[in-house]
Amino acid sequence: MLATSTSVSPRRRELDFQLFDVLEIDKLLATPHFAEHDRATLDAILDAAYEIAGDYFAPLAAELDAFDYKLDNGNVATPARLKTAVRAFIDAGFMGASFLADDGGLQLPSTLSSAAGLVFAAANGSANSYAFLTVGAAHLLAAFGDDEQRERWMKPMIEGRYFGTMALSEAQAGSALAEVQTKAVPAADGTYRLSGNKMWISAAEHDLSENIVNLVLAKLPDAPPGVKGISLFIVPKFLVDADGTIGERNDVVVTGLNHKLGQRGVVNTVLTFGETGECVGYLVGKPHDGMRQMFHMMNEARISVGAGAASLSIAAYEYSLQYAKDRPQGRLPSDKNPLSPQVAIVEHPDVRRMLLEQKAIAEGGLALVLYCAHLVDIAAASTDDAERRNAELLVDVLTPVAKTWPSERGIVSTSLAIQVLGGYGYSPEYPVERHFRDQRLNPIHEGTTGIQGLDLLGRKVRLADGAGVTLLVAAMRADIAAARAHAALAEECDRLSEMTTLLPDVTKTLLQAQIELGPDRALTEATAYLDAFGTVVVAWRWLVMATRAAAAAADDFNSGKLAACRYFYRYELRQTKASLEHLAMLDDSIASVRTEML
Amino acid sequence: MKILVTVKLVPDTTAEKRIDPSTKRLVRTGVETVLNPFDEYAIEAALQLKEKAGGDTTVTIVTLAPESGKEIVRKALAMGADDALMISDPAAEGSDVWGTAYALAQAIKKNGFDLVIAGTQSTDSTTGELPGALAEYLGVPGVTYVRKLDLDGTALKAERETDTGYAKVSTDLPALVSVTKSINEPRYPSLKGIMGAKKKTIAVQTLADAGVDKPIGSDAARTEVTNLETPPARGKGQIFEAADAVAGATKIVEFLRERKLV
Repeated sequence: MLATSTSVSPRRRELDFQLFDVLEIDKLLATPHFAEHDRATLDAILDAAYEIAGDYFAPLAAELDAFDYKLDNGNVATPARLKTAVRAFIDAGFMGASFLADDGGLQLPSTLSSAAGLVFAAANGSANSYAFLTVGAAHLLAAFGDDEQRERWMKPMIEGRYFGTMALSEAQAGSALAEVQTKAVPAADGTYRLSGNKMWISAAEHDLSENIVNLVLAKLPDAPPGVKGISLFIVPKFLVDADGTIGERNDVVVTGLNHKLGQRGVVNTVLTFGETGECVGYLVGKPHDGMRQMFHMMNEARISVGAGAASLSIAAYEYSLQYAKDRPQGRLPSDKNPLSPQVAIVEHPDVRRMLLEQKAIAEGGLALVLYCAHLVDIAAASTDDAERRNAELLVDVLTPVAKTWPSERGIVSTSLAIQVLGGYGYSPEYPVERHFRDQRLNPIHEGTTGIQGLDLLGRKVRLADGAGVTLLVAAMRADIAAARAHAALAEECDRLSEMTTLLPDVTKTLLQAQIELGPDRALTEATAYLDAFGTVVVAWRWLVMATRAAAAAADDFNSGKLAACRYFYRYELRQTKASLEHLAMLDDSIASVRTEML
Repeated sequence: MKILVTVKLVPDTTAEKRIDPSTKRLVRTGVETVLNPFDEYAIEAALQLKEKAGGDTTVTIVTLAPESGKEIVRKALAMGADDALMISDPAAEGSDVWGTAYALAQAIKKNGFDLVIAGTQSTDSTTGELPGALAEYLGVPGVTYVRKLDLDGTALKAERETDTGYAKVSTDLPALVSVTKSINEPRYPSLKGIMGAKKKTIAVQTLADAGVDKPIGSDAARTEVTNLETPPARGKGQIFEAADAVAGATKIVEFLRERKLV
């Protein structure tokens, strides 16, 4: 296009390296499940993502961030340029990229649709959220909706005519969804009438689509207590006739908008159901099965949150890198001549440190989330039962890690991007302060970091008698063996090799403690465990990247991979070793503190 | 109706370019090749005519380019064109506007056509001469710099941009038009279009296959490049300090008046 297109992160070579050199996703194309695609198609699809993200998403990011959403008689208007951007995304067919051909999708590898999603998220996370929520909601109906529900609600979402939301939280029920109070009462016609309120619901009101399909957690009158009493309902903004004609407005209204630190470009609402007793809902699947169904989407959503976090880090890293190359400031300590030309700030060692740290986090996070997406593809495409089950188990175990590590480290990383720009970085004139504010949501939504820690240590590493960690360690050992072919990677191989013993040992100790000391005490340091676990996994992904780089031409790109890998091992993994050793001591510094002492 | 769209493969418009002083030609190695952005408007115009006309209207992409450019031609097919004809021949290397126009004309005549649509110019050599030369060799009316295009059967109506406004032009098919950037907003290739494009035909022909009966290429070129220079660095801009917007605007108007620009 001739229109001035904004450059978009990640750099294309980075994404190509991750997809085709590290994960070798072209090999998937040999499986019958993905046989419709070839490498040229995948390249062209990424070209389209970069083009639309550069032409429409990136130039809109600052404007959308500053846009003040207003509630006007229950309606929320969005900026005109957002409509154009979203339309370009839909017209190109990105909404249906990850769906099965039978559902009207393109059946692309999840790794590729995730990579395209990363490009859109890096360009404009808020604009991308509208699509991301819709895709998640449609995936849920693809898995659990009946034929009629799929036809009436899912297909229009894949076509981009309807958008979707996830309505879980309530004012009194955030992390503890068992406390949900929204009620659903059966009506004579087989549908349900909902009443109650939901909080923090993104994209539940806007003018970007013909209809909005809210997927709502609520309780039936005979619901057992706790999460086992939660059911899932489709609650559309507009009712739809059997022939697909849009009918009356449903009794679900936005009663308030929430204003936030970041992700300001996506409208966030307070929803009220059944003010006049006429809020129609449709049960998805069986009664009381809502949590299980919602968690099907939630796992996908959690990996996507991690992907969004990685994309923000990479956008901030690449922006601050370019800035550091362009900004002249000061001289090296050895240069005492005030008349000599100033150096670009990238020449200063401390700036290089901040860039290297960002590179290690951003590209490491990218590698982690794309690896998880690749596991989803293996699970979908493999004809070998054991291989499929293993891939599914690894995805289960890695979901809290992929959600949290890029999010938490992303706060550090985007903060460093601001630091590289100095005072300018702290001002809204430059995008890195937006990246930082947007990043801050990621450790909170779709399950906080604390919840993810409990999920990993309290549940995921115990799945299948702890087979997940065993599988993970075996995969690491295989990659260490391959990396040994490169003498330059000997140090990294040794350090990771040590972790393949230490991580399972510490895991065993903490699992034993759950039996001996009880879960309350043994899970005290679940978050620290999650962080250490994540750093070991990312170190492994860095070793795989470095192995590919070591085998390729010694150009700047590949040398950069080797340097960032070394940095990660010497500065990050070393600390993780200490953390793991500390975890094994079952320290009571946290457990022994009473509330009154704080 | 047969609509043919001529396209050129050019070095990435954003890439830094270098001229080889010995050949006086652009160094293409290491620079990504893309579809000439101006041609995307021509493809879009053709697709819109096809969508409006329906029936058996076809859109064929025609290009003179090395076979290595096949994947770039596929982008035009992904936008929605039906098929493509590539004239790929080492003997065509170094063709000037005359040679290119002659070869394209021969291939187009052999293929048969009702309407040929071209972009106004390429982003590399930027001569803007090809559409006129091509119309001449095809022996059909050439309507250049078109910003609005309408077809009613074989009656073509166009608005042609001029220095002072626009001219309304009408002619019968067969004809050639070149379109400007203001005619439309080119569509992106859709993912379905991308997947469908790999099943579409790109016919590759030599110059002989295409019916080119005279030598073209660098030796036969009628254009001689005598010298090439980098444009002089732009002079320093002038900054007006003004107390308020009105004073600032007045100064800018004065500046433009002095130079007879307004």
